Amino acid sequence: MSQNTDTPPLSQEHRDLPTSGAKAGAAGSGAAAEQVSAAGISAVLLPTDQRPTPSGALSGSVTFGWRAMLKIKHIPMQLFDVTIFPIMMTVMFTLIFGGAMGAVVSGSGETGGAAITEYVQFFIPGIFVQTLIMITMYTGLTLNKDISKGIFDRFRSLPTWRPAQLVGALLGDQVRYTLAGTIILTVGFIVGFRPDGGVSGVLAGFALLLVFSFCLSWVWTMVSLLMPTEEAVMGVSMTLIFPLTFASNIFVPTATMPGWLQPVVDANPVSVLVTAVRELMDGTYDAASIGLVALYCLVLVAVFAPISMYLYNRKS
Amino acid sequence: MTLDPILLRRGIPVSPSPYAVEAHGLVKTFGDNTAVDGVDLSIPRGGIYGVLGPNGAGKTTTIRMLATLLRPDAGEARVLGYDVYTEPKTIRENIALTGQFASLDEDLTGIENLILLGRLLGFSKQQARKRGRDLLEAFGLAEAADRQVKKYSGGMRRRLDIAGSLVVTPELMFLDEPTTGIDPRSRNQVWDIIRTLVAGGTTILLTTQYLEEADQLADRIAVIDHGRVIAEGTPGQLKSQVGAGALKVRVADPVQREEAAAVLERAVGGVVVREKDSAALSARLGEGASASPSLAALEEAGILVETFSFGQPSLDEVFLALTGKPAESEENDDAEPEIAEAAR
Ligand SMILES: Nc1ncnc2c1ncn2[C@@H]1O[C@H](COP(=O)(O)OP(=O)(O)O)[C@@H](O)[C@H]1O
Ligand SMILES: [Mg+2]
Repeated sequence: MSQNTDTPPLSQEHRDLPTSGAKAGAAGSGAAAEQVSAAGISAVLLPTDQRPTPSGALSGSVTFGWRAMLKIKHIPMQLFDVTIFPIMMTVMFTLIFGGAMGAVVSGSGETGGAAITEYVQFFIPGIFVQTLIMITMYTGLTLNKDISKGIFDRFRSLPTWRPAQLVGALLGDQVRYTLAGTIILTVGFIVGFRPDGGVSGVLAGFALLLVFSFCLSWVWTMVSLLMPTEEAVMGVSMTLIFPLTFASNIFVPTATMPGWLQPVVDANPVSVLVTAVRELMDGTYDAASIGLVALYCLVLVAVFAPISMYLYNRKS
Repeated sequence: MTLDPILLRRGIPVSPSPYAVEAHGLVKTFGDNTAVDGVDLSIPRGGIYGVLGPNGAGKTTTIRMLATLLRPDAGEARVLGYDVYTEPKTIRENIALTGQFASLDEDLTGIENLILLGRLLGFSKQQARKRGRDLLEAFGLAEAADRQVKKYSGGMRRRLDIAGSLVVTPELMFLDEPTTGIDPRSRNQVWDIIRTLVAGGTTILLTTQYLEEADQLADRIAVIDHGRVIAEGTPGQLKSQVGAGALKVRVADPVQREEAAAVLERAVGGVVVREKDSAALSARLGEGASASPSLAALEEAGILVETFSFGQPSLDEVFLALTGKPAESEENDDAEPEIAEAAR
């Protein structure tokens, strides 16, 4: 210590860095906009007694939802990725397989234009459900990417309701689901989808699907918190999604499957959902089907939301 | 010290802790890797506290425990007087964290990042936007406001990151390696910003791998290695642990070197080393010794001195003396020359 006070004018050797203020000023030529001044920073500091009350659960979630929408705005390609495949599926299944499928679905045995039209009525609600269910997976991928970055620590260091990041992401994804769903239905309309339930039936089906998608997203949220990498999240999600969507009544009626498989496929939540959506779009809604979907939704949220929130809080 | 304004505002009749951080025996293990192995820290309020250590020493893990992001496996810690286990929410209300890897949303623009934080911290949309604009202006980022952060330079990112920690003014700010990998000019800007914040009353806990940085900024330093604090004190105290400073003299005419050596030997009462440079001499001074008599003696003897310096041992030497190995880890080889260059 004594040396410090003894030799101020001489102890230059290890203290010969120019005072940074002078240096930053001198080096700032041609970059006036990048100038950082102590006075400017002092002036912008908020007095501690002017701190607002941090956002609560609802406004925090809504803010994170806003963030998800900004992401769609900045990276519209992510939307393109997830809709182009279903558009291709729609076109392929209706034009190529539609004739043959239609013959089976209608039971008439006739192929061709009429059969295709018949199949389109059956298939569009199905592919509509499949598309949105596929997109729910991206919720998990996005979250996993977030967690692997520094911003996750920032969010968790804020005095906000922690699960807001999860809930907000899921709310923001509703916009993504709505956009994708609208695209599929538009394509469906172009290839001849004319549901008997009319606009109100379609909207009711859409609403039910959005609710289910929100609930299902919690599964992917959990997966994304358990898996170390984005690739692993993708792998696990795909492994779950393929049997769920293909071992269902999306493409063909359950009745065409082997007897032992039928109860399994009928119990698949995706089949239950597709049945309810088909009925709603047909204008023949059935309280039992909708009730069953609601039950599945409740179970999904009751099980996976708490697990996800627990994992999120414990995540290191 | 007067009563803590935060406690007063909340009407909590507790005498405020004079410490920003008090930690005892913090431990964190990842699998069989003990990242933090019994860290003790007492960080007074106000000023800059430096945590200095090479890559993998456990700096980030320590900060994450103090910022309530990670639960310690063992030990106790109070941050601003609040317990990390039982009062994390209160701690979070009063701290800000600027992580080692930019804690920003790369896809969003600068202003959007700040609005996001402002909204989460409770500002209305208009207030948050205004606050964001003001901060960007002060941090020299006004022109980049509507650019995506992924298009920012390293220095710009750092400044935005720090601005994000100042949406509301924290009592305690954690800055994890704020200048690693940025250019010297940006580093100087960051140093300026840090000094300004401290002047505004914020306590800063800064980690760094750069010895110069800790020396330049910190009031006190904890040297950490393999998850343990191996030395603690003011930069001066740390240096004196390694021995006293070194006197370096370069005479104008090499012919006079021997004469100068004799004068110095008498003045410092110790060994004088003849350096390779035929005009240079160096001598180690004893504890508490002053360099002024040596300079006076040289002048008296009529020896023309070209350079005369008295420097304390560098923190490099401190690290070497404390750990028996140099502080640099391989990973920062690329960043180190920049600092060295700036120092010249
Ligand atoms: N989340 C984590 N999971 C597993 N190991 C980790 C994790 N974070 C840090 N470590 C390990 O802990 C040790 C200390 O890391 P860290 O605190 O990041 O050091 P520093 O910040 O000083 O470079 C390192 O060996 C690192 O690999
Ligand atoms: Mg680190």
